[in-house]
Amino acid sequence: MARSIVGFLVLLLFLSFCEVASFFQPISDPHRSAALELFSLDHGSFESLEETYEALRTFDLLGIEKKPDVTATACRLISEAVGSSSSTPKDLFYALKANSIAKCAIEDKAFQGIIKRLNAAVDGASSLLDFHYSVGGLVLIKSYKADVHLANADGIFRSVKAFSQSDGRWRYSSNNPESCAFAAGIALETLAGVVSFASSELDQSLISTLNDDISKLFDSIEKYDDGTLYFDDKLVDGHDHQGPLATTSSVVRGLTAFAAVSDGSLNLPGNKILELANFFLGIGVPGDAKDLFNQIDSLALLESNRVSIPLILSLPSTVLSLTKKDSLQVKVNTVFGSNAPPLTVKLVGAFTSDSKDASLVESQELVFDAGTGLHNLNNLPKSIDIGSYSFVFEIVLHKSEHEKVYVTGGQKKVPIFVSGLIRIENAEISILDSDLGSIETQKKLDLAGQSAVSLSANHLQKLRVSFKLTTPRGHAFKPHQALLKLRHESKVEHIFVVGNSGEHFEIVLNFLGLVEKFFYLSGRYDIELTVGDVVMENSLLRAIGHIELDLPEPPEKAPRPPPQPVDPYSRYGPKAEITHIFRAPEKRPKEELSFAFLGLTFLPLLGFLIGVSLACITFMFSFNQQKLSRVGVNLKNFPTNTVAATFAILFHVGIGAVLLLYVFFWLKLDLFQTLKVLGLLGVFLVLVGHRILSYLAATSAKLKSA
Amino acid sequence: MGRASSKEDVGALFRSLRSAYAATTLNLKIIDLYVGFAIFTALIQVVYMVMVGSFPFNSFLSGVLSCVGTAVLAVCLRIQVNKENKEFKDLPPERAFADFVLCNLVLHLVMINFLG
Repeated sequence: MARSIVGFLVLLLFLSFCEVASFFQPISDPHRSAALELFSLDHGSFESLEETYEALRTFDLLGIEKKPDVTATACRLISEAVGSSSSTPKDLFYALKANSIAKCAIEDKAFQGIIKRLNAAVDGASSLLDFHYSVGGLVLIKSYKADVHLANADGIFRSVKAFSQSDGRWRYSSNNPESCAFAAGIALETLAGVVSFASSELDQSLISTLNDDISKLFDSIEKYDDGTLYFDDKLVDGHDHQGPLATTSSVVRGLTAFAAVSDGSLNLPGNKILELANFFLGIGVPGDAKDLFNQIDSLALLESNRVSIPLILSLPSTVLSLTKKDSLQVKVNTVFGSNAPPLTVKLVGAFTSDSKDASLVESQELVFDAGTGLHNLNNLPKSIDIGSYSFVFEIVLHKSEHEKVYVTGGQKKVPIFVSGLIRIENAEISILDSDLGSIETQKKLDLAGQSAVSLSANHLQKLRVSFKLTTPRGHAFKPHQALLKLRHESKVEHIFVVGNSGEHFEIVLNFLGLVEKFFYLSGRYDIELTVGDVVMENSLLRAIGHIELDLPEPPEKAPRPPPQPVDPYSRYGPKAEITHIFRAPEKRPKEELSFAFLGLTFLPLLGFLIGVSLACITFMFSFNQQKLSRVGVNLKNFPTNTVAATFAILFHVGIGAVLLLYVFFWLKLDLFQTLKVLGLLGVFLVLVGHRILSYLAATSAKLKSA
Repeated sequence: MGRASSKEDVGALFRSLRSAYAATTLNLKIIDLYVGFAIFTALIQVVYMVMVGSFPFNSFLSGVLSCVGTAVLAVCLRIQVNKENKEFKDLPPERAFADFVLCNLVLHLVMINFLG
């Protein structure tokens, strides 16, 4: 035991000089709200006993108060599983695990039944998982009934150990040749359970071989670039692939269970525990319920394990503003955010990308504020100007006995940004003559305000923009972006980088050389200046004015400007309005003229009627005088016979009706309606006409013959 | 001398035409008047069209053709009714009149349709 402690300290001292490159935030409120969201009851019940246990354990560890419906659901599921005789050992295992948190009442008779079934399961177990559930179940019952014991502990230990491989991993069963670290975690947990039952009976050498297995398992540990460690299985067929989080969490469970029963014989470097803790913290807030459970459960086991407790250094804010006179604040907690033992945080050094080894500040201690629990550095040293730095911190524990219990991880490098306001002075824009360099126009730029300058130039001149940038501490500053953009009316843009020498920034555009680059486009160019950097609090992107540029005509082979990108959604927008060209309406004559001719049309009719009456009168006059018995059809020869007279009237009425129908046809009706009516009228007219005309013919024939 | 004689000839021609025409029956005179009326109406319509343009051309055609059509039918009637015409000796004039009425009705139906 003393040897292991010494070995421990040596390792710790050695590892304390290693730099760990990143930092993580401990578990806090985002995890709590995620837990409430992910472990919500689906249709009033959890899907399985495993999920019930995971939910209860997560809520318990995060300190979330259990809602009554959650507890009620859990108790219902547990009592169902415990009472049913068809529950598998897996169901019983998870039911008992859930009950250790939910603390529902279980009858003594039920316990007896469970014990009997689990013992039978242990006897009949053939695979790793069978042993895991049955032995695990019995271990859990031990907390209720102390007189439970495991028969043949030695035999069980050896059976489980038989599944182990030489590289520290375990197989699931003798049939399955694949081994994985996930199974190793399960096996360690099971073996820890066996040991807890009957440590005196077991052979101590067997237990110590487990230590070798664990160290071999740690040989296969994997590492991310930032130093965090994790376990992952690379299985040939991926259907059982658990992922690094589940695998690492299973191993951590097994390790901590075994460390709890092995009385400190486990020789694990504290720094590895810290890096495993960092792996879990580095996940942030998982989006999956099982991932969240694995993360929280593993961190809880790491926090209270008997090997070493990791301490996490974190910063509430890594961006400090010189303008607001922010102070550097550092927090040191355990993984679950609880208070650390008394310690001091030392700022060992501050480095930039230029000064690799030379620290810009002296090594100094941060002041601890017991009220807020933060370590502060109130005034940033004058040597810290704006920019991005790498601050190196070290945790020094006050009590030496704590160094056995806690692991701090040596020196921590944290990236810090220091921002501030950059002074922009002497900003001016001018037009110069190309040959002599003499200034034709010079205007001062007010980059803080909204004023715009208006200039004009031709291709023989140059444009110069210059300004001076200084940091709050008075040093020269080179921003990431110092750009000048000229945009033509036709949306063609040209961007130029503003060069500098120290504090002085200047760009000279010689239009003579740029004529071709500008595609010979003359006209108005809008000028825009961009000065920006991530640590500059007053980055600016400003339109400073416009310049009327007069360039020569393009020659024939001059390059055309590139086509400007068309907004791809413009083709879904409204199209141009179409103006329809209608045929101009015909010129109509004046109404009076039309009416005049209408009247004129009736004249021939009038003439006809007058002529007919004159002719009849003349005829009757001559008839009376001459008393001619002319043979001929007299127009006025209206039959006197009443039947014939009726038909004659009907004939005339029929014709009149047809003509009236035609008038209606022109006014209102359509052809088909007219034809329908005409059909009826026509039949009538034909019948009547035939009667009267045949009667007339007969009478005139009689007259003729007579 | 020649002119005077031609003038006299024209005058003599007209006088003989008038006296011959006076001998025609009343019916035929009425039919002639009807034909004259129809033709005059057509002429007035043509003059109107010449003055104001042929914009709705179908109306113009309809009007003119109905006048001309009815004139033609009346001429047919006159031919068939005229007793001095040996060709239609056996055709009763009532039959001819019935034909005239029927054809006019059909003509005017078509013309009203075309009038628009």
